[in-house]
Amino acid sequence: MSEHPISITDALKGKAWVFGDNINTDIIIPFKFKSRTNDPYEMAKYAMYGFDPDFHKKISKGDIIVAGRNLGGGSSREQAPVALKYAGISAVVSESFARIFYRNAFTIGLPALEIPGIKGKVNQGDVLKIDITKFTAENIRTKETFHAKEVPEFMRQMLVEGGLVEYYKKYKLFPWTRS
Amino acid sequence: MQTTTTIYSSSSSLQHLKQQDKDEKQDVSHIKNILEDNSLTFAEKIISIKNVETHSKKSKIKSVSGDIVVVDVDLALAQDSTGPLAIRSLNEMGINRLHDPSKVLLVIDHTFPAADEKVANLHALMRDFASKHNCMLVEGSISHQYILEYLANPGMMILGADSHTCQAGCVSAFASGIGSTEIAAVWATGQLWLRVPESIKIKLSGSFNKGVFARDLILDHIGKVGEDGANYKAIEWKFSNEHVRRRFSMDSRACISNASMECGAKISVFPPDEIMRKYLDKKPRINNNTGEAKIEIQPGTFAGYKDEFEIECDKIEPRVSGPDNVDKVHSVEELANVEIDQAFIGSSTNGRIEDLEVAARILKGRKVHKNTRCVVTPASVKVYEEAIKRGYVEIYLESGAVFTNATCGACVGTHLGALGENEICISSSSRNFVGRMGALSSRVYLASPATVAASAIEGKITDPRRYF
Repeated sequence: MSEHPISITDALKGKAWVFGDNINTDIIIPFKFKSRTNDPYEMAKYAMYGFDPDFHKKISKGDIIVAGRNLGGGSSREQAPVALKYAGISAVVSESFARIFYRNAFTIGLPALEIPGIKGKVNQGDVLKIDITKFTAENIRTKETFHAKEVPEFMRQMLVEGGLVEYYKKYKLFPWTRS
Repeated sequence: MQTTTTIYSSSSSLQHLKQQDKDEKQDVSHIKNILEDNSLTFAEKIISIKNVETHSKKSKIKSVSGDIVVVDVDLALAQDSTGPLAIRSLNEMGINRLHDPSKVLLVIDHTFPAADEKVANLHALMRDFASKHNCMLVEGSISHQYILEYLANPGMMILGADSHTCQAGCVSAFASGIGSTEIAAVWATGQLWLRVPESIKIKLSGSFNKGVFARDLILDHIGKVGEDGANYKAIEWKFSNEHVRRRFSMDSRACISNASMECGAKISVFPPDEIMRKYLDKKPRINNNTGEAKIEIQPGTFAGYKDEFEIECDKIEPRVSGPDNVDKVHSVEELANVEIDQAFIGSSTNGRIEDLEVAARILKGRKVHKNTRCVVTPASVKVYEEAIKRGYVEIYLESGAVFTNATCGACVGTHLGALGENEICISSSSRNFVGRMGALSSRVYLASPATVAASAIEGKITDPRRYF
């Protein structure tokens, strides 16, 4: 587990952890842990607990989660992307995301890239490079670059600033009201 | 409409009052036009009405699926596992004023009463916040049930930091789950951005056979479409005829709207009818701003749907889902030899009075199997009181079951029915994900309260039909 979460830069690089379909928020952080703390570093100790209780110890800062369909289904818990981010995960890339998890990832400043077909293009341990300006993921091993599904510009801006709280602290307004 | 009122009522100048009058007339005609528009789905209609851009200036605007809009929110919920993080985010942003505290609802339900000191401290944080900001605070009823009992009205825009907020779709509200920091933004501004969803129409026909319930219907559907079958989409339920419509009670509609989350639905709405009106009229409504927005919305006859299904209720049999994923749906027969350690009846999905009634009917004069614990948890204080009044609690206790206070406890494995290593539970609660109710090696199967009660007696997964 890292001491500080990854700060958002234009080029994020990390090793891929590849998961299957329907990795839900109970797997990402069980209720009994997320409901007993308000501290993101404490939440990070339980990142992917449902898959492997020691997962947080195995993450290197900057690692990237790659998953199949419907990543983050189930509960609305924002603690799910928070736990991943504070455990050192720099981005989540998936065939598709569950709706609330996707919103939450942008809100808390964890890049979430929806790339259909990505699972078959990345092996466990491959190094990926993420560009959040172009919204692309590149597999360094295969030299293939994948374009993620586009998002409204205000969502990308929010991400670039590190999430909704950081955005508001900087501009004193919410990104969707800027027009 | 409410935003304009709020803005202008604070000014006494004649010009402003004239402007207000004009705006309200424009709003009324805009709403009328939208309601009568035959090309729009329910979601498109309600968002066209709640769209901030629309009712401030450009009163002719329609929102259609795919649009990104900012809407006025009538009720903003957070509970004890999402509220503390929302409060933290609000504090970090340096916001110390809520846009309209009368539209903010905090509910302490998930781990109520506090199971340990860590939870107690987070509950205290919520109480302090509610008292400082004078917003609504409810303790000891599950939020979604409380909202149905006291706050929800047709045509309301309800957002909640809880995925099962979609339950209020059963009274024809736009009700959807979001995260903690976004709910904090709603508290601060009364608004949030939304993408107008595509819609799926599901027509219901026929009637249930004995021992088959709404939960079986929605589990069966989720088994067919998968856990992301309605991701990002609105589900509109439609009754094929009057006969079918009258057979769907409010409790069964609430179960269906709630459980639609398990196939990813953004909202899951029933059309307004007299069953809904009767249900709303007989309940005490809390007098606050959330009650103003009572607009009955019927989808347009020529609205466009992404998908259409028909479900023949008479073809559905008791269903059991699990373990580990809600879309792993089986017949009872396939799982008939699975022995259980615990049977749980409760949660926002199936903890209403009709659910407790069917459980009492089956447990009456019988005993819970010696190798099985049976826990019954009502969804709210009102349901709790009604269960006592009707004598159900006596029946449970005589059968050897435990009757708890209203809480989400067992469903989320936090207290009052958590599972140990390798234990197996059949449950009427919302989810069966790995570790959901306790140990990672425990297993949860989901079913209707009838199937759970029958299983409690036999100590293994059991077809409830022999009990009817």
